[in-house]
Order: sequence, then structure tokens, then C-alpha cells
Amino acid sequence: MSSLALERAVEARAVIRRAGWRWTLRQLFRKRTALIGGAVVLFLIVCALWAPDFVPYDPFKVNTLNRLKPPSAAHWLGTDELGRDLLSRVLIGARFFVLVCLISVSIAASVGVFLGLIAGSGPSWLDVAVMRVIDVMLAFPYILLTLAIIAILGPSLWMAMISVGIAGIPGYARLVRGEVLAVKQEEYVEAMRALGAGPAAIMVRAILPNVASSIIIYMSFQMPLAVLAAAALSFLGLGAQPPLPEWGAMLVNARTFLRTAWWTSAAPGLAIFVSILALNLLGNALRDVLDPKSK
Amino acid sequence: MSAYIARRLMLAAPVVVGILLVTFLIQALIPADAVNTMFQGQLSDDDAAEAIKVMRAKYNLDRSWFEQFLIYSANILQGDLGESIRTRQPVIDEIGYRYLNTIQLTLASLVIGAVVGVLTGIVAAYKKDSWLDVTAMTIGLFGISMPAFFFGLVLIFVFAVWLQWLPVIVQGWQSLILPALTLGLIEAAPVSRIARSSMIEVLSREYIRAARAKGMSEATVIFHHALPNALLGVVTILGLQVGNLLGGAFIIEVIFGWRGMGELAVKAIQWRDFTITQAIILMGAGTYVLVNLAVDILYTWLDPRIDYSAT
Repeated sequence: MSSLALERAVEARAVIRRAGWRWTLRQLFRKRTALIGGAVVLFLIVCALWAPDFVPYDPFKVNTLNRLKPPSAAHWLGTDELGRDLLSRVLIGARFFVLVCLISVSIAASVGVFLGLIAGSGPSWLDVAVMRVIDVMLAFPYILLTLAIIAILGPSLWMAMISVGIAGIPGYARLVRGEVLAVKQEEYVEAMRALGAGPAAIMVRAILPNVASSIIIYMSFQMPLAVLAAAALSFLGLGAQPPLPEWGAMLVNARTFLRTAWWTSAAPGLAIFVSILALNLLGNALRDVLDPKSK
Repeated sequence: MSAYIARRLMLAAPVVVGILLVTFLIQALIPADAVNTMFQGQLSDDDAAEAIKVMRAKYNLDRSWFEQFLIYSANILQGDLGESIRTRQPVIDEIGYRYLNTIQLTLASLVIGAVVGVLTGIVAAYKKDSWLDVTAMTIGLFGISMPAFFFGLVLIFVFAVWLQWLPVIVQGWQSLILPALTLGLIEAAPVSRIARSSMIEVLSREYIRAARAKGMSEATVIFHHALPNALLGVVTILGLQVGNLLGGAFIIEVIFGWRGMGELAVKAIQWRDFTITQAIILMGAGTYVLVNLAVDILYTWLDPRIDYSAT
């Protein structure tokens, strides 16, 4: 999947460079799928910031008289095994979704981009060294790499987010290195070098702006995978721990009540599914706009 | 071509060293030595100090990291995975059968994912832009957005609780059905997208038009002329998907209580049983490297057009 993602990210760059970001965004939000995906993501961000102000119940409040109640007018999504309101917990849980997007993706992107830049534009021994490390990381299946990192760092919510971030590094590094090698040959970079610009200036002023758009496209592929992996780690008990209303962690207890109280699984499960679907809808629409071949 | 295979094998060597280094780090960077964990609360302080010293020596934790790494690598290369910190049993006894179970699950899902994915992709490509295509690709989009662990719960609910076709706890080969379906159907989503796009590309080629112009039946055109070429792209993706499937199997095993490596890995990480964790990660990554090697070599045979002398 990732080699395809790299290819399409590179193709898309050319379109953005020709047409500009404003055109791209305008085309994007003409698409219904992008609007739906965007609305869901916006809603999640609103929940992450202000959910405590508008949730109907305290998401941590235990009420044993009210346990495992099916969805009703008082509790729209029902209650869990401790009588906590599932709607409130799911809405608060959006925080962890947004947090994973921010932390994991920024670790993966910033370290990956940095490594790609120094590998692509530094001396050849540095390129070889960085790419060897990247090759080793790519030799692990994604989930296994996050498990290995968790085993080293110890299981917790933060470590899960960090491990998902680290596991995402090689994709960005490979993308950026390839891009840098291509851009380095361009005449305007030669011209800058001839005028006496140092390698750092060339990197920041000429190369980075050119690869920024492909990084964003690649992010649209990678972000849903990162969120899925972080939720999976919590589900395995290696990330967020109960009673935190993280969606993956909520499913851990819920699945023991699958037979008697399906709604306890349905609420967090659907929340993950819908959020990732929204990210994919946005990403797909973005790539459709930027890749004329896909129509 | 044999030169290419030899070069490909040589490229794999540093990767293997790297994998060993990563799994070694699981032991070296563990915050509290597993030995400390092992004796917690069981011995008096003096005895514990002595026991910790003995155990540290036993696991070579008192040597330099470099020495530890050499010892570790040498043991692994001789096929010695060590013994479990928790049960003191040889690791190979604990994970040997689990490895086979995980591979069984992975292979079964690979077959389901490949068959369902390729068939859906072909139909979608052949009926491009029809309602069939749109439906298939919408389901595909749902598939790539669906967390495997939630889909597993949905299947359990539908087949075991609601329809009651299968008991939740089953013995023998039947116990493979639901986990393999869960993983296989999820994998079918990305496979169908790749199969569709490579089929669309192949169908627009001139040799397909030539075949039709000669009056060949549609079935011959599709299955003899278009499909083999479209499958080339799919094979590469399937190799990469094995990594996803292995990782997915780890999660699915926990849901279905399938006694594979993933189910044990999660416990081992929580118990800080680092020898087990190391061995599982090592065998998972090792298998993935072998599969990718096999796919690359298979490719030289599947697509003789590629000139391997230059690469």
C-alpha cells in the first residue's frame, strides 16, 4: 500500500504546483464526500476541545443501579457495565482520536521529513546510514514494529502514541528522500548553489516548499492507519487503560458483554469506524482532485 | 537472474542484522530488569540481591551491551531462542505451535482476501462506473476504514449470537472460520482496489482490443489475456499485505482466543517476559522478510520483461 501511496503523492505534487492550494481546496469542497468527511472531522475536533461543556452526563460517574441499560431517551447510546453514559464517554473519547492524529502524525512526519532531507541532501555516507535504518524499520510489519517499540518503552497511552509515531517514520523518510533527490537536479537549485547559498538555506527555501504538498498527500494515507494502530494497541491493553474513555480501551470490557449488551461494543466501535471513514473520505477526495488519472 | 537473486539475498543480510538489533533492544532497554520483576516480593532483601546477581549473570545482563548483542545474535543464529523469564520453559516450546497457528490464520485470510478481493476488483473494473462498481468500491472504502478488532466483534455477534450458526467457542478447523473471515474480508478491501485499477489499465491496452477484434469470447479475453497481466500488480501488493495480515492476525487472535503468537505477545509484553516478546517479534519480522524475498524472486519468473542485470 505504501509504495502506491508514495507514487500518488509524487504525482499529486505536480498538480498542486501548477494550480495552487486555493484552487485545490475549492475543488475539494465541491465534492460531497469531502464535505461529509470534513464535517465529521470538524465535529471530532469540537468534541475534543469542548465536549466536557456539552456532554449530558459525567463520563466517569459510576451508577451501578443503571448498568447495561439499552439505548433510551435518557441515555441515547445506553450505559456500560458500570452504569456510565456511553454517549458522554464516546464524545469525550474524541480527544484521544485527535491527540493520536496530532502526536503520532507529528512525530512520524517531523522525524521522517528530517531524516529524508538529510539523507537526500547530505553526504552519501549519511544517506546510506539513514536508509539502512529505514530499511530495517520497513522490514517489520507495521503492528509488529509498534509492539516491539511498546515492549521497549513500556505500555501506556503516551507510549502507544509515540510508538505509532515512530513506526510511521520510514514512510515519510523514503518519500522525502526521493523527492529531494529529484528536486536537487532542478536548475533553480543549481542557481542557488552557484549564488553561494549554503545547504541549509537550499533545504529550507527551495526543497522543503516543493516537497510539502507530497507530504500532505502522503499524510492523508498514513493518518487513518496511525489512528487504527493506536486504537488497536489500546484494545490489546497496551495503550490507554480503563477507565479512560479511549474508544479502543472501551471495547476491551465491552466485548465480554457482547451477548447481553451489544450497544456497549457498538458505541465505541462505530465511533472508531466513522472517524476513520471520515479521514479516508477526505483523503480520497483530495487525491481525486489532484490525480486526474483516477477519474 | 541467479545473479539478481544472489544480490537480493545479500541485501537482506544487513536487514537481518538490523532486526536482531531491534529485538535485542527489547532486552537491553527494558527499564526495570526482568530479573528484578521476577523475584519481586518472593524473597528477603539479602536473598533477592544475591538471586538478582546470579540471574543477571545467567542472562549476561552484567556484560557490556556489545557483548550481550553478540551472545544474543550467536544464540539466535544457532536456533536457540532462550527460555521464558516467567515459566523457565524453552521459548521454542512456548511459541513453536503458536507460530504455526498464526501462519495458518494468516494463510487462510490471505486466500480469502486474495480471492474475494481479486474477483471483486475484476467485476468492478469490467463493469466500471456501473452500480456494481460503485457498490463494490463503497464497501471497499468501508473495509479499509473498519478496525479489525471491531469487525471481529461484529462477526461474532452476527454469526454466534444473532444467527447462532456457530458456537462462540468452537474446536478444530471450525474455529478458524470466523477469525480468517474477519481478517480476510478486511484484507479484500485494499486488494480489490489494486485489482480494479490494474484491470482497468490492462483492459484499455491494444492487445485486448486486438483479441476482441479477432472474435475471441469475452471469457477468453478476460481470463486468458487480461487477468494474468492484471495479476502482476496484485502479486506485489499481496506480498506487502502479508505484513498487514501478520499484524492483523496478532489482534484477531486476542478477540477469538486463537492460540497464536499475537495472543501470547500481548501477555508477554505485560508480564515483561522479554525472551518471549523478542522471539515473537523476531519470528514475525523474519517471516515477513522471507515472504518479500520470495515475492521478489517469484516476480523474476512472473514478469520476464524486467531486466534484472542493471538493478
